[in-house]
Amino acid sequence: MDGWIIVLFFVIPLFGAFVMPVTYLFSSDSPKFITPVITFVLLILSLYSFVYQPEQIAYIIGGWKPVGDVPIAIYLVYDGLSGFMLVIINLIAFFSSVYAINYMEEYTGQKYFYVLMCLMIAGMNGVVLAGDLFNLFVFTEIAAKSSYALVAFGVKKDELEASFKYQVLGGMANLIILFGIAMIYWQTQTLNMADISYMLQNVENNIFPVFIQLILITGFGVKAALIPFHAWLPDAHSSAPSPISAMLSGVLIKTLGVYVIMRLFFNVFPVNESVSIVLIALGGLSMIIGVLLAVGAWDLKRMLAYSSISHVGYIIAGLGIGMIMLARGENQFVATLAFTGSLFHLANHAVFKGLLFLNAGAIEYAANTRDMKQMGGLAKFMPITLTSSFSASMSISGLPPFSGFFSKLIIILAAVIAGFYLIAGLAVVAGIITLAYFVKFQKYAFYNKPSVSSSIKEVPNLMRMSMISLAILCLLMSVLILPEIREVFLNPAVNTLMETTDYADKILGR
Amino acid sequence: MSVIVKKIAQLISALIFVFGMYSAIHGHIAPGGGFAGGVLLSGAFILLIIAYGLDYFKLKQQTEATSIFESVSILIALLLAFSGLFAGSLYFFNNYLPPGTPGSLLSGGLIPVYNILIGIKVAATLSTIFFALIIYKEEIRR
Repeated sequence: MDGWIIVLFFVIPLFGAFVMPVTYLFSSDSPKFITPVITFVLLILSLYSFVYQPEQIAYIIGGWKPVGDVPIAIYLVYDGLSGFMLVIINLIAFFSSVYAINYMEEYTGQKYFYVLMCLMIAGMNGVVLAGDLFNLFVFTEIAAKSSYALVAFGVKKDELEASFKYQVLGGMANLIILFGIAMIYWQTQTLNMADISYMLQNVENNIFPVFIQLILITGFGVKAALIPFHAWLPDAHSSAPSPISAMLSGVLIKTLGVYVIMRLFFNVFPVNESVSIVLIALGGLSMIIGVLLAVGAWDLKRMLAYSSISHVGYIIAGLGIGMIMLARGENQFVATLAFTGSLFHLANHAVFKGLLFLNAGAIEYAANTRDMKQMGGLAKFMPITLTSSFSASMSISGLPPFSGFFSKLIIILAAVIAGFYLIAGLAVVAGIITLAYFVKFQKYAFYNKPSVSSSIKEVPNLMRMSMISLAILCLLMSVLILPEIREVFLNPAVNTLMETTDYADKILGR
Repeated sequence: MSVIVKKIAQLISALIFVFGMYSAIHGHIAPGGGFAGGVLLSGAFILLIIAYGLDYFKLKQQTEATSIFESVSILIALLLAFSGLFAGSLYFFNNYLPPGTPGSLLSGGLIPVYNILIGIKVAATLSTIFFALIIYKEEIRR
């Protein structure tokens, strides 16, 4: 694969976003068909590059060669982890954009919806590919700013309030992140991530990187909605239009929060035991408090939003366990296991939480309610929503043939082998409570005595298609556990995390 | 507004407009640049609208033109950046025009072109925001 292909990942959605206002003049229907085409091209491109490019590429924008030892150009880096994230982002983006064609019909100003959605995809793809902190920050902002506008897209009271809260907390997070980046620049005189990694290895004062890491955990913790920083998430994710909720919960919090934490804390900063304990503690807290908040919620989308907090907790706790093993230089097998579990769970969560939000959207579209007490008896009218949401619910609660079981199992196994019995116990308890509230969702939405009128119909075909495909993926993802398939899809990403600061050597070739 | 204010605004806005164009075009050799030039360009229009009022310019719900300018200038910039890939060396944002003598107006390859495009983009965006705000206010009044 040529290096220049990776610029297409953000050039195509940017081009789409700005061509839509022009084509809208000729055909007001054009944006809704351009967006799925764009996301489909991106999906094919990301799968192609993932399968044919196991090696790392560093692409230099503008062709500015390093001067002496100092890299002066903007770097784009494509490696196993970036490729893995790109596949997930563009997969969920494709199904969301197909689903949006019918779902968005009742909204006004549809062209802005598609423009903002393309900008959000461009921002997320850019975050994943950025090789320096400045561009990482700019792309983070592009994705976050478009998501602020998309959350408020319904322009009713709740949506505006949620968006305002999201903007205030997101703005504070950006300030903290910028402060952290400024501190890094002050200490290392560079913004290139590979170069920073070199400089930090030579810093004598060991406490300084740890201090910056704590600042960055605060900033990116808000983006990832870890538990003390989660206040914006339940409002924002439940108020957005459903395809956007699926994108926000499925991929945005993972790209802007979890991915950046992975990239910075493993490949840029030297791995550090005290930081990993912070990650494990935050992960464990998010896991258990997230489910406790979710179990009492009666608003369907709010329940799903709380559940996202708990699942990000699983991912972060797994990362922390792997990191502590790497930092102590102990059992490397456990670190591999923990990273495999985390990344596997990240992919699974994107698929099943995306699907659950699409199901919630389908119920809202057909029955016009989000309150689980007002649903009931939908099984008779909406068989496809029933089956696909059953598949997603069982997968998220971790029942054996579905993908969620395997990823949770790997994380729990890693925690037990590494000696974190409390985290393992919390993960099991959180899994059981997750099962409880998804059974509640199934019962109140589909099987209770009917409280809705009998004029409800199943949703249109394109919405069905997205839901069915994601439901099949929920089952199909469990083959990732097989060694041959794991080798292609998960191992490149796990290796990127395992090789820590070799990342810098490969990019700068020193 | 009184005749004095209107006349002065008219005179001043022409100067601001010319200075905005100067800033955007000389972005690569003098302080300023595309963004500053764009802000000045939209400032000239905004000053006129404030002095003369909405009715004089017959502004209603039409803000399409500015947002089209915005989109088109970004599209041209993207295509120029992308065209670098086909100009020999497969680099995005490849500056393939000859560099010229440093300090003269026609130098720096493609950078002046990007500056002008950014100027148009920023002017169009700020005007769009301003129109959105004043038209919103007008709609509320009705």
